[in-house]
Amino acid sequence: MQPTSLAFADKAHAALDNPALQSALGSIKTGWQAGRGRAAEALPEFEALRDRGRDIKNHTLQHLDLYLEMFEANLTAAGGQLHFARDAAEARATVLDLCRTAEARAVTKSKSMVAEEIGINEHLEANGIERIETDLGEYIIQLRKEPPSHLVGPAVHLTKDQVSDLFAAHHGGPRIEDPAALVAEARRVLREKYFQADIGITGANFLVAETGTIVTVTNEGNAELTQGLPRTHIVITSLEKLVPTMDDAFTLLRLLARSATGQEFSAYTTLVTGPRRPADLDGPDRLHVVLVDNGRTKMLGTALQEMLRCIRCGACMNHCPVYLAAGGHAYGWVYVGPMGSVLTPQFAGIEATHTLPNASTFCGRCEAVCPVRIPLPKLMRHWREVQFEKHLTPPTTRFGLQAWAFLAQRPALYRALTRTAATVLGLLGRGTGRFHRLPLAGGWTASRDLPAPAGTTFMAAYAKQGGRPR
Amino acid sequence: MRPAPSAAAPDRPRVALFVTCLVDLFRPSIGFAAIRLLEATGCTVEVPKAQTCCGQPAFNSGDRASAEAIARQVIDAFEPYDYVVAPSGSCAGMLRRHLPELFDTDPVAKERATVLAERCHELISFLVDIRGLDQVASDFAGTVTYHDSCSGLRELGVKAQPRQLLLGVPGVDLVEMREPEVCCGFGGTFCVKYPEISTRMVSDKTADIAATGADTLAAGDLGCLMNMAGRLQREGRAVRAYHVAEILAGPGADTLPGIGERRR
Repeated sequence: MQPTSLAFADKAHAALDNPALQSALGSIKTGWQAGRGRAAEALPEFEALRDRGRDIKNHTLQHLDLYLEMFEANLTAAGGQLHFARDAAEARATVLDLCRTAEARAVTKSKSMVAEEIGINEHLEANGIERIETDLGEYIIQLRKEPPSHLVGPAVHLTKDQVSDLFAAHHGGPRIEDPAALVAEARRVLREKYFQADIGITGANFLVAETGTIVTVTNEGNAELTQGLPRTHIVITSLEKLVPTMDDAFTLLRLLARSATGQEFSAYTTLVTGPRRPADLDGPDRLHVVLVDNGRTKMLGTALQEMLRCIRCGACMNHCPVYLAAGGHAYGWVYVGPMGSVLTPQFAGIEATHTLPNASTFCGRCEAVCPVRIPLPKLMRHWREVQFEKHLTPPTTRFGLQAWAFLAQRPALYRALTRTAATVLGLLGRGTGRFHRLPLAGGWTASRDLPAPAGTTFMAAYAKQGGRPR
Repeated sequence: MRPAPSAAAPDRPRVALFVTCLVDLFRPSIGFAAIRLLEATGCTVEVPKAQTCCGQPAFNSGDRASAEAIARQVIDAFEPYDYVVAPSGSCAGMLRRHLPELFDTDPVAKERATVLAERCHELISFLVDIRGLDQVASDFAGTVTYHDSCSGLRELGVKAQPRQLLLGVPGVDLVEMREPEVCCGFGGTFCVKYPEISTRMVSDKTADIAATGADTLAAGDLGCLMNMAGRLQREGRAVRAYHVAEILAGPGADTLPGIGERRR
């Protein structure tokens, strides 16, 4: 997927003008955002749990080689096979090879953001393999031929009415409005597909090193059917999902559901350790784990290492006023909201994405709710520094900044100029006390008045009184 | 090293006022209100002449070299004082939380920055938490709603202190807006980089402010206040906007024109 992040402002403009989208985004506030608040409040040890989550992830990242080897050994011992992919192209090639080996014509897929990241969907279809998304939200956006707009709710940008229209157009039959009936219809269509699939592709929420176990959570049970029914199960996931122990995975699971949706636990938590064993009643014959690097190991030892703690809960976007105004598609790539503004430049290059780390007021709410305490504003600032170093900042902004910095380092000159500006603007604005329009300030005055200076600077007024307050 | 500030916190600490560039240019009354409040708690207030700005615009725009140069100037100018106090959570947050970050490769400067950072405070939290102020003499009268500016709230824990002092003003009736902790959309350069998103955010905020029925908006940061006042005025809403220090530093507070209002 080519990033379209440079069009962030234009897409945000369209989003703000789209009442259906705004209504859909509004429900995040009353739903997941409020839910997270209640869940955090209800658990006395929630803040301590966040510390623990951060520490587990930090420890794992410090010993990533150790836990990677341990996971591979235990996965192999359980009968699974690990495939390491350095980048997206290698990961796509590996998955396609596995599909061809299994002579697959159709795959079912449960939600995996890493699968989106490597662009496996288009790749499978281009190679003649039918793909059926089994997560309800993913199924909806597959029908609409759209990318996800949220980590947890890929179709959160749509209203129920839009889904009613979509299902009527694709499934035939009458237009249904009742949400339960819509879900039942999707379930009926998907049930048949599960049995036709040759391969089931899932993601993973955690990879447990001590047991070689893959942990997935869903609220629909679709991962179970996706991985349990076909002969082959492929897991597309990434390095930073590793945790040392099962206890660690469960500590993080307690944080994940609360932070994501406000649930104490997701409806389905599935642990997979190897393919079907001789005594098992069902399960796939083969289990492949495609472990994607795609630039992650390059983040180790840099300022961005902290981002690898992310457990993909979506709390940062649910609480981000910019995301809630612009919606996920404005971000122009797979990952959205504050976490996307940090990850997308890493995966897609800062040249094509520098709009994203700037799409923040640094209000700090994302960091305040992050279950593993990722300092998201600090990491967005890191990308702004890279942008500045690479001269990707617009020339006028760069010039303005440096002119201002020049003055700020010359207090006497600075005071003389600000005194003049305060006098002139104070005189111009004395009629009403504010400006309705002002040259060079259109970004401000298009929608707001600009208060006029009082006519003298503080420093001048203070000096005039002999350094005494009035 | 520069001359050390007076040992331990003395009864009359020497406090350097960090005026902030917005207060200096747009609204000196906030600086004078800060001085009155600080003096009321027994501080000796001085205004170092070598100050301009905390460097936050450069820091947040990725211009690390400029931010660092300005930070060195801040350290030189403010190091001799017992405390540095700014009538802004944003600037105080820059000084208190981010100044040392700028010197990761210069241990000597980092040490100086760290020592200074620990003495830097946002005005209202300094008055309440460090100086023990619990009551002010103000003749301000009105129904006030208080917006929690982001940096003060989340970087410095400013939340209860301004409300405590406002509640102690006899003429003030304090009412809470729906989401006082949500950003107003100012965000420094954000408001001109993404004016449409900023406008959406500030419009949500002014709707929440108006819904309280308050006649006065108070906050601890002039940037946020100019944004909210500017939008309230564009929408024709009759809500006056003040820095919380202006409300608390009466007498005379009630005759001060609000932000963006005509001087009387």
